[in-house]
Amino acid sequence: MIEVAVIDYGVGNLLSVGRALEHCGAKVIVTTDAQRILSADRVVLPGVGAFAEGMAALEVNGLDTVVRQVAARGIPLLGICLGMQLLFDHSFEFGTTQGLGLIPGRVVSIPSMTSTGQSQKIPHIGWNQLVVPSHSDSWQDGLLVNISPGDAVYFVHSFMAEPASADLRLADCHYGGISISAAVALDNVMGCQFHPEKSGEVGLRVLKNFMRR
Amino acid sequence: MRNTRLIARLDIKGPNLIKGIHLEGLRVIGQPNEYAKRYYEQGADELIYIDCVASLYGRNSLGDMVQNATKDVFIPMTVGGGIRSIDDATHILRCGADKVAINTAAVANPSLITDIAHRFGSQCMVLSIEAKRVGPERWEAYTDNGREDTGLDVIEWVRRGVALGAGEVLLTSVDQEGTRKGFDVALVRAVTAEVSVPVIASGGMGTLEHMVDVVETGAADAVAMADILHYGRASIGEIRAAARNADLNVRKYGND
Repeated sequence: MIEVAVIDYGVGNLLSVGRALEHCGAKVIVTTDAQRILSADRVVLPGVGAFAEGMAALEVNGLDTVVRQVAARGIPLLGICLGMQLLFDHSFEFGTTQGLGLIPGRVVSIPSMTSTGQSQKIPHIGWNQLVVPSHSDSWQDGLLVNISPGDAVYFVHSFMAEPASADLRLADCHYGGISISAAVALDNVMGCQFHPEKSGEVGLRVLKNFMRR
Repeated sequence: MRNTRLIARLDIKGPNLIKGIHLEGLRVIGQPNEYAKRYYEQGADELIYIDCVASLYGRNSLGDMVQNATKDVFIPMTVGGGIRSIDDATHILRCGADKVAINTAAVANPSLITDIAHRFGSQCMVLSIEAKRVGPERWEAYTDNGREDTGLDVIEWVRRGVALGAGEVLLTSVDQEGTRKGFDVALVRAVTAEVSVPVIASGGMGTLEHMVDVVETGAADAVAMADILHYGRASIGEIRAAARNADLNVRKYGND
């Protein structure tokens, strides 16, 4: 049985993440313990809320170092929502905050104007379709294998990641004519802006792919 | 145009899923989480759990039920009924809920709306309004399943609630609820014209045309359904197909 450590740093709906992973056949440990995290087969960094608070909560327990070790050791790591944003270099949410620096790029607010100059609702909440980013491969393997472009997943966020290069973008979604980075990957470090644990069968397939990887 | 969300609403009394008319005369339907699982598997976009008698007893008793539902249900869940404090909200969110719906406590203490929005984000704070028609184009907000009149004008209250931080509105027409005679489209239209946050229309869906009407004419962002689902008059799949036939945008689900 694949053991998945869900990092408990006081933010996010850990119960739902854990239940979804269990449904996919994982043995789930919700923990702050470095040894248990580093000995797991897979590690999930969940999270809801503000970037600076999330980063501070990781640092309090030295978990920022542990997550970097997870990445360095090649253990598959999945950041969800804020957890994905924390993987990047820095964020501009309420001032500049350093992130984990595991994926090159930054986190910025979703523009409150559409590409045609109309105001749009922030946060971006609800079901939205995954699309293959331009200049990107289709989803032949990895996190989104057997996911079809157009499949819908559930988002709740006001900020978005901007990966430093296009090849880090696994999937986008379109919101008001703007392309939002919906899933990213760099080797064993992966992230999804949407909530796979709340995205029905499509979300569960993403989690299964993560466990199979 | 954004997707219209199709939401299954589960009204709960004690351990039972119930259904009333005008939110009263409650009849037992069955075991709530069996229905929750069924609606999830049919492709509902979200679920709403409302503890109907919670305000009466001053507490929400849905924690365990929601916690159990998270084993089988992997879509967003909103939980309401008797949530009176940040602690109550924290508890129900830890049990797996994604949003809390608040009516009575928000009327009694409007600053709770702001507190919850600050703490968990406005997307988490659903203002629940039970509206009763009191004149042409005039509605008043009620609490306790349409029994207690607050004296608040619905349009003024919704404007204030959104200004205080509510990120979504669950708008239930007490007059239409359980009647199968269609939504109070004028009410929904009046509220959606007033606020920019998403509005969930609830109460009265008897036919698939009622859904189309409240979205097209009422500009509802989401439709909450209970009676039509609980009594098996239509499945979520049939409702989704009807929405698509009427050119409403709905979530792509499965192979459809």
